[in-house]
Amino acid sequence: MMLTVQDVTKTFAGGEGDLPVLRGVSLSLDRNETLALTGESGSGKSTLLHLIGGLDTVGSGAIEIDGHDITKMTDSDRAALRRTDVGVIFQQFNLIPSLTVAANMAFQARLAGRYDADQAARMSDALGLTPHLDKYPEALSGGQQQRVAIGRTLVARPKLVLADEPTGNLDEATARQVLDQMLDLVTETGAALLMVTHSQSVARRMKRQVHLSQGRVA
Amino acid sequence: MTWTTLTALLSHWRRNGLQFFALISGLALATALWSGVQAINAEARASYDAAAATLGEGQFGQLLPRTGNRIDQATYIALRRSGWQVSPVLEGRIDTTQGRVRIVGLDPLTAPGNVAPVGMQEGTSLDDFLTRGVLFAATDVADQLENAVSQRIVTDPSAAPGVALTDIGVAQDLLDAQGTLSRLILAPEQPMGRPDLAGITPDLVLQPAQDAGADRLTDSFHLNLTAFGLLSFAVGIFIVHGTISLAFEQRRGMVRTLRALGVPLGRLIGLMIAELVLFALIAGAIGVALGYVIAAVLLPNVAATLQGLYGASVAGTLQLRAEWWLSGMAIAVVGTGLAAAGALWKIAHMPLLSSARPRAWAVASGATARRLGAVAGLLFLVGVGIEIRGKGLALGFVLLACMLIGAALLLPLVLRGAVTLADRQARSVVWQWFWADTRQQVPGMSLALMALLLATAANVGVTTMVSSFRVTFVDFLDQRLAPELFISAEDAAQSPDLEAFLIDNAREVLPLLSVETEIAGVPSDLFGARVGPTYRNNWVFVAETPEVWDRVARGEAAVVSEQLARRAGLWTGDAVAVAPGLSLPIAAVVADYGNPLGQALIDEAVFSDLYPDRVPTRFGVRTDDAAGLREKLVERVGLSDAAIIDQARIKAFSLEVFERTFTVTGALNVLTLAVAAFAILMSLLTLASLRVPQLAPAWALGMTRRRLGRLELLRAVVLAFVTTVLAIPLGLLLAWVLLSYVNVEAFGWKLPMYVFPGHYALLTVFALLAAALAALWPALRLARTPPSDLLKVFANDR
Ligand SMILES: Nc1ncnc2c1ncn2[C@@H]1O[C@H](COP(=O)(O)OP(=O)(O)OP(=O)(O)O)[C@@H](O)[C@H]1O
Ligand SMILES: [Mg+2]
Repeated sequence: MMLTVQDVTKTFAGGEGDLPVLRGVSLSLDRNETLALTGESGSGKSTLLHLIGGLDTVGSGAIEIDGHDITKMTDSDRAALRRTDVGVIFQQFNLIPSLTVAANMAFQARLAGRYDADQAARMSDALGLTPHLDKYPEALSGGQQQRVAIGRTLVARPKLVLADEPTGNLDEATARQVLDQMLDLVTETGAALLMVTHSQSVARRMKRQVHLSQGRVA
Repeated sequence: MTWTTLTALLSHWRRNGLQFFALISGLALATALWSGVQAINAEARASYDAAAATLGEGQFGQLLPRTGNRIDQATYIALRRSGWQVSPVLEGRIDTTQGRVRIVGLDPLTAPGNVAPVGMQEGTSLDDFLTRGVLFAATDVADQLENAVSQRIVTDPSAAPGVALTDIGVAQDLLDAQGTLSRLILAPEQPMGRPDLAGITPDLVLQPAQDAGADRLTDSFHLNLTAFGLLSFAVGIFIVHGTISLAFEQRRGMVRTLRALGVPLGRLIGLMIAELVLFALIAGAIGVALGYVIAAVLLPNVAATLQGLYGASVAGTLQLRAEWWLSGMAIAVVGTGLAAAGALWKIAHMPLLSSARPRAWAVASGATARRLGAVAGLLFLVGVGIEIRGKGLALGFVLLACMLIGAALLLPLVLRGAVTLADRQARSVVWQWFWADTRQQVPGMSLALMALLLATAANVGVTTMVSSFRVTFVDFLDQRLAPELFISAEDAAQSPDLEAFLIDNAREVLPLLSVETEIAGVPSDLFGARVGPTYRNNWVFVAETPEVWDRVARGEAAVVSEQLARRAGLWTGDAVAVAPGLSLPIAAVVADYGNPLGQALIDEAVFSDLYPDRVPTRFGVRTDDAAGLREKLVERVGLSDAAIIDQARIKAFSLEVFERTFTVTGALNVLTLAVAAFAILMSLLTLASLRVPQLAPAWALGMTRRRLGRLELLRAVVLAFVTTVLAIPLGLLLAWVLLSYVNVEAFGWKLPMYVFPGHYALLTVFALLAAALAALWPALRLARTPPSDLLKVFANDR
């Protein structure tokens, strides 16, 4: 198994008492497998993704990536895992504003120490970003920025890709194209893909689907 | 990974050149302020030292010939060979068509401290001084010498009046005195185990260093200047703090992204520290150099001393003085560290998923302002506690720190209060919006305004302190240096003849009779005074009873110094035991700025009864023709030049040196204010990008960009005004603590404080002008913001 999530809970401390967001979520994902995570707004999809990415800590439960329980890891081990094995595509674009599109695309691959210029060029072609490589993020539209964020993750070829509504900002044609790219790469590298989405058409293209409701898998 | 991360971190500066400039220049200016003040301070000190030394005043011990006027140069060489650290001086007069000029020859290579001429200017290297022959003299003396000597004459306003200063060899030529010297100056530190003076030469007598009267006053002055040096550093730290926390705040988003992409926190912080140290070093180097330039520009005639400070320019090569540079750099790095510690701590504890949007940095909300206000209140309480109960110099500085930091922390609260008050008065919607918007700006501008607060307070404080010093100093000189000449007899045997001669030739003779003793448990000098018009007309008391001098003259009372009175817990009316078996009421307490010891003064006759063996060997003399009397003494009585001290000249010269210091502090004031204005400019410029989203709605609702720009300008002036109004009492408080607390702790006497309202009004105008000037450019930029930028705010609302 590439990813196993077991009985994970997460509670946020809020103004009017605690807010339990995840109440015992379990799921698993194999190599080369794709999974769509759906659920209504506020159901805790992003929260779960952040926990899997090691960006936040669980209330209880276990999350194993490639056989290692990340809930028992130190911060820096989790950082190392994100650098090399797990790629997170955020709901907000999270680009580095002072780097060009090209440098942003190459960034995570460079951090992981496996940057390949040819592959990066293919990726930017496929994402339609080649004419914009020398621009800075502020000069791009929202959809273009989202594509840069996707490219940044895919160029680094992680084993596990976590994507939070990566195509939410794109028009239908581009969305389909980007999705094709992601699925191709996942197939090509044998990576696993966990994608949060609201769109049924996107969800249907994943091998499996999981629906979150009331903090549990429905 | 390290390299990739570093590229990302540094790319921020490449893209945001203005911020980078603000950071580097903020750091550089803080360092420049510090090193410039140090340079100016050192320069002022050097001026005093040079003044004292060229006048033959005894801050150093001296070896004088037992008889006659001359020492054989061979004796000097023998002393040096045996390890004595002595430096030769030759003095004499030469005739010019416009009268006589006193020539003082020195050896700059062996002279202790800063005895060498102060004003060696560009184009005059030490080499010149030694080989070609150069004379340094004030303008009038230089004119006099023009046709009398063949050597080059350099005009040096810092040279003592009536004196031309030159190398010992040149002096020997000019005075036709090859192979002879007048006196030898003793360096303060002498090697251990050197042979006895008498063993080398029986012909010389040692005259120990004498307290030159004004020394202690100037020491105190320098202590206070040093305190203001620290204050200027504090201003710098606030600026650095502002720029650094801004820089961190603006990179919050990037830090978050980097961590999400797998850069470990430790590495990230390490890299940021490395980046900061690098910047601090670069900025520190610029700052030290800038400090030199500033000091040199502000004081064009002191370039030589500055060269001495930064690196001696010998024979054309500039040797950098390592300590000086290192201390400047250390200040930059330590200042950056202090300023960055908080920001780094915040980053280290920032949750990974927290908001990436830059908040107004450092002093965020009203709650924070109130919290800071509470801390300020606590600091003030500590300060008041120290003032009431505290003892000791260190606590004095703690008191200063409490007040300053307290006032700075209080500022956001005061500003908010002022703005709220104005808001309540506002009638129109525009003004209501203006005040509400101003309140929003307070946190962002707080640090820059704190810098302005401290700069203005320092300004008020320095001016009050220096002016108070000046007034006191002039009074003190009038009182203590009233006699035109001070004359030392060679020994007790010569004294009666000398006194008789002086009485025949002078208006009033004041024998200086004294013994070292202990009065009321305090080591003190007891003086026997010949009460006369000089005492009656010139002495000013801290506290007095009626008919002081009549009672003293009748032997019924004593006058004691402030130090003695304060330390012994006595005051006017109390009785003091001036000697075993003799207790006299205190008729008056006199301020004595020139003395570490206590002093008590009784009538000459009473003194002689107590100490019949004491014969006066020093005399103060009142005369209308000091130069004439001096010549008579040298020619007829056979006294050496060094035995006669021309007080009028010392006085004139001391005043001149003091005036120079005064201009120096003026320069310092301009400098701190300029730096504070720069801080305001930088914070406004860096805030500008955050401003656009705040102003866009007002623009969309129909306010023109011009109007918005004008309001921005007004806002800066209003905030600066409130700050200045707070700064004036703070500055006065500062001066008061320095003069009445720190000074008492350090030197045992209180300096009277004078207030100069005209100056403070002018200063307020300057501060407002500086703020307006600083706000002008950002306001113009804002007025020219393209509408597309304003529209973007609505397009990308996410
Ligand atoms: N840091 C936080 N502190 C407190 N509450 C939080 C925090 N982050 C998320 N929440 C709450 O947790 C719940 C789930 O949020 P989450 O972002 O996971 O929803 P989501 O399923 O991704 O929604 P969407 O589809 O709108 O993105 C929400 O009610 C949200 O308000
Ligand atoms: Mg979400």
